[in-house]
Amino acid sequence: MPTAPHADSCSANVPDAAGRFGKFGGRFVPETLVHALDLLAAEYDAARQDASFQAELDELLKNYVGRASPLYFAKRLTEHCGGAEIWLKREDLNHTGAHKINNTIGQALLTLRMGKKRVIAETGAGQHGVATATACAHFGLDCVVYMGEEDIRRQAPNVFSMKLLGAEVRPVTSGSRTLRDAINEAMRDWMSSVESTHYILGSVVGPHPFPRIVRDFQSVIGRETIQQCRERFQCLPEVVVACVGGGSNAAGMFYPFVEHSDVALVGVEAGGRGNQPGDHASPLTYGSPGVLHGSFSYVMQDEDGQTCDVHSMSAGLDYPGVGPEHSYWKETGRVDYTSCTDKDAMNAFDALARLEGILPALESSHAIAKAMEIASQRSSSDRVAVCLSGRGDKDAAEIARLKNDITT
Amino acid sequence: MSAIDQLFIKLRNENRKALMPFVTAGDPDLDFTAAVIKELVARGASMCEVGIPYSDPIADGPVIQASYTRALDQGIKLAAILETLGKVTPQISAPLVTMVSYAIIYRHGLEKYADQLNQRGIAGMIVPDLPVEESPSLAKVCKARDLSLIQLVTPTTPKDRALKITETSSGFLYYVSVAGITGERTELPPELLERVGWLREQTPLPVCIGFGISQPEHVKRLAPVADGLIVGSAIVRRMANVAKSDRASTLQEVGDYVATLLEALE
Ligand SMILES: Cc1ncc(COP(=O)(O)O)c(C=O)c1O
Repeated sequence: MPTAPHADSCSANVPDAAGRFGKFGGRFVPETLVHALDLLAAEYDAARQDASFQAELDELLKNYVGRASPLYFAKRLTEHCGGAEIWLKREDLNHTGAHKINNTIGQALLTLRMGKKRVIAETGAGQHGVATATACAHFGLDCVVYMGEEDIRRQAPNVFSMKLLGAEVRPVTSGSRTLRDAINEAMRDWMSSVESTHYILGSVVGPHPFPRIVRDFQSVIGRETIQQCRERFQCLPEVVVACVGGGSNAAGMFYPFVEHSDVALVGVEAGGRGNQPGDHASPLTYGSPGVLHGSFSYVMQDEDGQTCDVHSMSAGLDYPGVGPEHSYWKETGRVDYTSCTDKDAMNAFDALARLEGILPALESSHAIAKAMEIASQRSSSDRVAVCLSGRGDKDAAEIARLKNDITT
Repeated sequence: MSAIDQLFIKLRNENRKALMPFVTAGDPDLDFTAAVIKELVARGASMCEVGIPYSDPIADGPVIQASYTRALDQGIKLAAILETLGKVTPQISAPLVTMVSYAIIYRHGLEKYADQLNQRGIAGMIVPDLPVEESPSLAKVCKARDLSLIQLVTPTTPKDRALKITETSSGFLYYVSVAGITGERTELPPELLERVGWLREQTPLPVCIGFGISQPEHVKRLAPVADGLIVGSAIVRRMANVAKSDRASTLQEVGDYVATLLEALE
């Protein structure tokens, strides 16, 4: 795979003070929220300079989350593909089973610093909801999670877990009853509760400073991967692959690699059932720049700027927008964005289950599928590192339901 | 000078206050929107705010959200809304402003959107998701066309920031009564009078209060400290009755309701 054409113009030194990644990002929210976002940005800046904050975060990531997560050589999967080596960054082995907890622990610590006692969150796949409920239980914070009714149906095990963890799950019945509507509802809650409540946004989306904060907390994935690659095979991988919903696991995996311009970065969006509008959730592939949820970024929208309905079998990728830094990486050419259909993701799920004994999340299966394709086209001396963002237990029932529809 | 500037000069000279109803465009269709606007102006509304339906309105409560959803489900398009408003403006004596998400303005192009408002005789826009930091390009476009870009100040806005907003807003300042989303409220915050009073001393711009206002008592209490009052959900909720009742009686009901608020304004 060739190195991206304009990789030089891509800076790791983003966003600027206004939250801009190139022309993307910013803050398109009601005035009611602006002061809270300013305070959050200031608190985060202070925390970053504070060694004790960093020490507390590191301690929790190590002893509570279970980091560092392993970098695992998928030998049989590699043999099956017959090309480059496939290495899995095992975020599925974190406490709560996905990368989401890297962010929620960090933001829960910020919540405490700001003296707030109540937390709200949105969730799609339920992984961010569970990770938020977990962090809140750990720190003794009140927790309300907004979740679309369709996602409550298809990710039922996570709904139950959130309740066991003491969170209140509020079903969202507006719009497409998925992640996008859950974010709307969480924002509306925050409009009234902003003085006492922190909104732990679960991906690199939303108004500044969220895309930056979430990227930074997730960057532990890429930093560890770089270190582990150097320990295991004394160089960096040729290609790094991650799935992109809002884009947090991908941003966390990619960001530390951005300055290593000889490493190709590949983001995989949900290709759903096909490339017609409404059949996929691939704004970077098929969308255009616009405003959604407080940020200027690629989005699936109609000619009036109304957000379009999207589709993915995977609740965590079923979102019409994407984080602004991904739009920036797309426009600078630093990252290649592509998409993977429901069907190919399902096949990758099966392959990883049968060949490696790992049930990946449906979200992560999109990255696995693309990594298998890339590996099979490259020589055996190359290495492809994939972010295995979460485990698939939550999806078992939905997969049973979908199997006949999707796999051939 | 925009039509809104002229309106407030006149009102201030006459020592009167503005009542500004909000209606959702296209709920259930544009004919009804046009009829309601004409009725409300005939009853004495000084200005009308027209909500452009948007798919993801985070500042709106259930009543306005639902009206946007109904309108969008009918396939409402911006071009058709502006065309209808363009037919209404020559027939009424009060200025119209659009309440519109930046997502929609950006998609159409800032200049194109502003040009269309001008062509249709619409006086300006309120963009609820465009804070002052992101507003300079649109403010410039509006200024060049004598359109008002009405900006919002809220209970969570610090005073120094409020001053900055007064400098770039035009037409009037929209003071949001509560930290929260649109929707009728029985109680309004006790600090409201004082906050609006302070703001009005800082700026020559008219200050209008919106969000939560629904009862004649609210109007009586707030009118003395403000230049105008904005009423949204209480009207949109009554307009929604058209689904169960007929147009003429819904129009009458909405008109009578606004008349009770206008009485309280005197
Ligand atoms: C396991 C897993 N991977 C990926 C995602 C997609 O989110 P993001 O793109 O922010 O990583 C989710 C979201 O719920 C998830 O649960």
